[in-house]
Amino acid sequence: MQIIKDKQIIDDNWNYVADEAELVAGNVSVSFPRWQKDKADLLAHNGKVGVRLGAVDCVEDIAADLSTIDLIELAVVDFADGRLFSQAWYLRNRFAFLGEIRAIGHFMPDQVFYLTRVGVNAFAPENNDYLPFVLSNLNDFSVKYQKSVN
Amino acid sequence: MYQYNEIDQTLVDERVTQFRRQTEQFLKGEITDDQFRALRLRNGLYVQIHAPMLRVAGPYGLFNSTQFRKLAHIARTYDKNYCHFTTRQNVQFNWPKLEEVPDILAELAGVQMHAIQTSGNCMRNTTSDHLAGVCVDEIEDPRPYCEIIRQWTTLHPEFDYLPRKFKMAVSGALHDRAATQFHDIGLHLVKNAAGEVGFRVLVGGGLGRTPVIGQVIKPFLEKKHLLSYLEAILRIYNLFGRRDNKYKARIKILVRESGLDKFSALVEKEWSQLRDNNELSAARIKAMKEQFIAPAYEDNANVDESYAQLQETHKAFATWVKFNTAAHKVPGYRAAFISLKAPETPPGDMTDIQLDAVADLADRYSFGEIRSTHRQNLILADVKQADLFSLWQQLASLSLATPNIGTVTDMICCPGLDFCSLANAGSIGVAKEINDALDDMDYVHDIGDLKINMSGCMNGCAHQSVGHIGILGVDKKGAEWYQITLGGSSENEAAIGERLGPAVAKDQITLAITKILNVYITNRLNDEPFLAMVNRVGVTPFKEQVYANN
Ligand code: SF4
Repeated sequence: MQIIKDKQIIDDNWNYVADEAELVAGNVSVSFPRWQKDKADLLAHNGKVGVRLGAVDCVEDIAADLSTIDLIELAVVDFADGRLFSQAWYLRNRFAFLGEIRAIGHFMPDQVFYLTRVGVNAFAPENNDYLPFVLSNLNDFSVKYQKSVN
Repeated sequence: MYQYNEIDQTLVDERVTQFRRQTEQFLKGEITDDQFRALRLRNGLYVQIHAPMLRVAGPYGLFNSTQFRKLAHIARTYDKNYCHFTTRQNVQFNWPKLEEVPDILAELAGVQMHAIQTSGNCMRNTTSDHLAGVCVDEIEDPRPYCEIIRQWTTLHPEFDYLPRKFKMAVSGALHDRAATQFHDIGLHLVKNAAGEVGFRVLVGGGLGRTPVIGQVIKPFLEKKHLLSYLEAILRIYNLFGRRDNKYKARIKILVRESGLDKFSALVEKEWSQLRDNNELSAARIKAMKEQFIAPAYEDNANVDESYAQLQETHKAFATWVKFNTAAHKVPGYRAAFISLKAPETPPGDMTDIQLDAVADLADRYSFGEIRSTHRQNLILADVKQADLFSLWQQLASLSLATPNIGTVTDMICCPGLDFCSLANAGSIGVAKEINDALDDMDYVHDIGDLKINMSGCMNGCAHQSVGHIGILGVDKKGAEWYQITLGGSSENEAAIGERLGPAVAKDQITLAITKILNVYITNRLNDEPFLAMVNRVGVTPFKEQVYANN
């Protein structure tokens, strides 16, 4: 599978591991509850660790762990639910997270310009065919009126 | 008036390009209905009963003559030769074709206009006092702050997918003509004890299904904190506003359910971490104020004597001056209302011919500027008293001089069943019927200040709950009925109208209104206005008459 990261289409080298499944080798991403439960095991794991947040998860609750995490996935179930824009802003701005922030799932290709502005730097749309289109939408606007992350 | 710079122009041009692409994708079936709905709404495009409806932003009600000529051109070329002014100082076209909307938006961008965020669950067009900068009771001109807010809200990356729509209004005068107490955020310029001017911030007000008067969250906010404070409120709302039920998603519900204290503590905490790095600089405010400097008024415009003489000799002119003009801070000038409430036309509607003609009148008499009001009328804000007579004559020949501003026939009215797919009942037809019943202008003038607001459904687009008389269309087993309220107000003495009793049938509504007016005429004390009388006697005397035969 491929994703967009830092305005390039690249191969995805992360695996999401479901809550009940065994960890796999390499870079793994887990749900927020699993992270809370298995933090020690995950940190001992050979590979990088990512955490997947849903719209209801509070970014503040993971703030203290951010230095040990390399990827935050923001899972979009409903593109009209704008909470992830503030979650990304918090991660980058308030908590100075330097790792990858990836939007996954049902966001609209038309939202990626905004997502980039609030600090999201990677995109994994549902449908891989959209990648070139998502990439081109990153440049929808060359001007902006207000401060944000970017 | 604010003039676009290169950034503003690039932004609206790029937005047109983006929407053109989105429309093409939709027409080719490449994006879903749901997705396109969210995108088109953020470009002002609704789908109504007959056709799409396009809502164009009137930034805090300001237009210039070039923009009016463009609206006329759009009405002629893409629509049925008219447009409609709304209660949020915007303009609507009722008959555009979906595939032509990108072209319309490109035409608008050519005259520094757009339809961005005029609908959808995002921050909407900021509204203001229609007499800003010219009225006699102003603390400070709100328009520079409106423009600063317009820019901050436009394409804000974090707050474009809010739980629900979000509306702000700014007032700078003692008398609140911008209904700041009925907005998600209301900003009122005030002076503190030290004589400094800042904002009183209200939050959680709103009309619609659950009318609520906004509460003061910050009695005095320094100007430099304006944007950081708005950002703090919006972030808390974006994260904690309800998304499970669209009828509970407005910020007023969040404020009510959490309580003002808790809500305000959240905002305060967020703001404390933001404010120092996000100050609105004095230089930016100063530069913005320079965009709104007063036009070149003539000295001694008040020396003219013809104005007084012509009022002596032309009673109709004197009446128009009395009802349709307002005091101006510069001696010898007045603000002239253009009534869009002629008895024969739907409230707020204007033809292409009228639009062009008003553009010419604005150029000739009012420095080329036109404003729209919350009550769906227009204003030429800077007219010399010596010019008022000829202005009046020309407006009269265009059916734009009905001397009814602020009176019972100056109704505000939503499109209702005629155009709106959400409506329970017609409103334009009822407005016409009430107008016909009140064809005696002397009677209308004798009644004086009385605001009737009429909406075709609970959504309350015409703000019926704050009408002195409110009329709300309801559906009773498929028939159109009307619920009446009395005593509402959106001004300083904000109040939500009280229900008079059971809804009345369509063939009874005009009669009910005339009965209410008769009760007022018979029972008022001296020159007591309608609202004051309702506040004094309550609804009972009115109720007794309206339901006398039941
Ligand atoms: S009040 Fe109801 S009927 Fe009237 S325009 Fe609004 S949604 Fe439509």
